[in-house]
Amino acid sequence: MKPPAFAYHAPPDLDTAVDLLAELGEDGKVLAGGQSLVPMMNLRLATPAALVDISRLGELGDLEVADDAVTLGAGVTSERLRTDDTATAAIPLLRQALDHVAHPVIRNRGTAVGSLVHADPAAELPAVLALLDGSVVLRSRDGTRRVVGSELFLGPLESDVRPEELATEVVFPIPPARTGTAFHELARRHGDYALAGVAVRVGLDADLRIDTARAAFIGVADRPVVIDVGAALAGQHHDALDTADAVGHARARLDPRDDIHATGAYRRHLAGVLLGRALEEAARRAATTDPTTPTAEEAT
Amino acid sequence: MTSELTTDDPTDVRELTRERLHEVTVTVNGLPRSATVPPRRLLSDLLRHDLRLTGTHVGCEHGVCGACTVLLDGAPVRSCLTFAVAVDGREITTVEGLAAEDGTLHPVQQAFHDHHGLQCGFCTPGFVMSACGYLAAHPDAEDDGEIRAEMAGNLCRCTGYAGILAAVKQAAAVLRDTGADPRQRHRPDAS
Ligand SMILES: Cc1cc2nc3c(=O)[nH]c(=O)nc-3n(C[C@H](O)[C@H](O)[C@H](O)COP(=O)(O)OP(=O)(O)OC[C@H]3O[C@@H](n4cnc5c(N)ncnc54)[C@H](O)[C@@H]3O)c2cc1C
Ligand code: FES
Ligand code: FES
Repeated sequence: MKPPAFAYHAPPDLDTAVDLLAELGEDGKVLAGGQSLVPMMNLRLATPAALVDISRLGELGDLEVADDAVTLGAGVTSERLRTDDTATAAIPLLRQALDHVAHPVIRNRGTAVGSLVHADPAAELPAVLALLDGSVVLRSRDGTRRVVGSELFLGPLESDVRPEELATEVVFPIPPARTGTAFHELARRHGDYALAGVAVRVGLDADLRIDTARAAFIGVADRPVVIDVGAALAGQHHDALDTADAVGHARARLDPRDDIHATGAYRRHLAGVLLGRALEEAARRAATTDPTTPTAEEAT
Repeated sequence: MTSELTTDDPTDVRELTRERLHEVTVTVNGLPRSATVPPRRLLSDLLRHDLRLTGTHVGCEHGVCGACTVLLDGAPVRSCLTFAVAVDGREITTVEGLAAEDGTLHPVQQAFHDHHGLQCGFCTPGFVMSACGYLAAHPDAEDDGEIRAEMAGNLCRCTGYAGILAAVKQAAAVLRDTGADPRQRHRPDAS
């Protein structure tokens, strides 16, 4: 179908953009890459009276890798982030997750920040934000505020971003040394939203035994679910993991619903299988991160 | 473009939400083309309805099938998920921009022909444009798995994909030989 009628604004700078959003209130919506918003408008699921196109704002195009964090502006596309060797070397989980996001042609337009704000319960990047305790900077005419990790996600397709706010950037903290990550999901077709998926981060101690382990699940609830499975794995050697307790612990905390794609029981089972695989992979990767760099405790 | 705040009283939301017409100029296959369109005009419809370039096909209109894929400043995008006003001033390449002036097929088109990469042809413009964008970024493409993953955003109901995979591989080899940029109009004498 065709999108409904709307007014189009392409503000020349950020100040004008937030002014416009303030004046439009509930009538306005930000247009970033359009890869979620335009399908929803074509299907008449979204009928904004006016769009504020931020794709021409050069100020939002920065991608910065510092010692402690990767910061990207709201103009950075998912494909640019996925193929940025410096950013993905600093945080391999970004690429591990983005490999599962849609297709290259969609990622060429869709932005990473847009995916976070859109808050699809089966989207990959929200799990990354939640797992890394990343934060999104929101700007309005009245100033800026920062929302950290899972707090951004209020429900399906609902994030803690008010109509008058523009998300200007996302900050992903770089995990300490001896941290390994992995992203596993199952989708019917490559590039589709997943039936279930999991992002995992595992931290090893100086003897390469499990110190910390956390998982963020997608597709099994109305927003990403973060579960700490560290206690079920603590002290185990990285290359001889018994993940059964961790998987049981996680499954007991997940209660996915049935829908036309899969039953809740199947999704819970699947989430556990994916968790086991992801933990093993993440632990192996953690052991091969540079052992000469200090762990978090040694560094402080 | 008429996207500036044009009202004296910026608090008048009625003014800010009034649908206006926009003059859009894009370079399509090397030529500047203009049309006056409402913001809701999709790039796919600008091409097909306003500019009468019906080579770009429209299947699902929500980003899933890939039939509408065109190149925007050289990168493949979904024209059904792009508003024409949002790409004012930019460069578009459609399937009409590939074959040589004398009608000689572009190496990607020729490869689809050679390998039965099409049957009904509905999906073909999208596949061809996706392949052109992909091969420009990955001239070394050879691996079946990688080509499948990169082309997975396009759906075909007829061929079963085997011919398409073979076509992309042949096109990659031919383009490596000639060194031609697959996003440019074919020049048979240039090789
Ligand atoms: C066929 C298809 C398959 C897909 N598969 C996947 C998938 O597997 N996994 C996945 O994660 N995604 C998938 N996507 C979605 C894609 O990743 C989107 O691009 C992304 O979710 C939204 O980014 P965008 O820049 O396109 O945002 P838009 O579509 O422009 O905006 C989405 C929403 O966020 C708001 N918004 C965007 N940016 C800002 C901002 N800076 N400040 C305030 N509000 C903002 C908009 O107002 C809108 O409500 C798929 C899309 C398609 C079409
Ligand atoms: S018509 Fe654009 S992806 Fe199907
Ligand atoms: S050739 Fe008919 S859909 Fe692909």
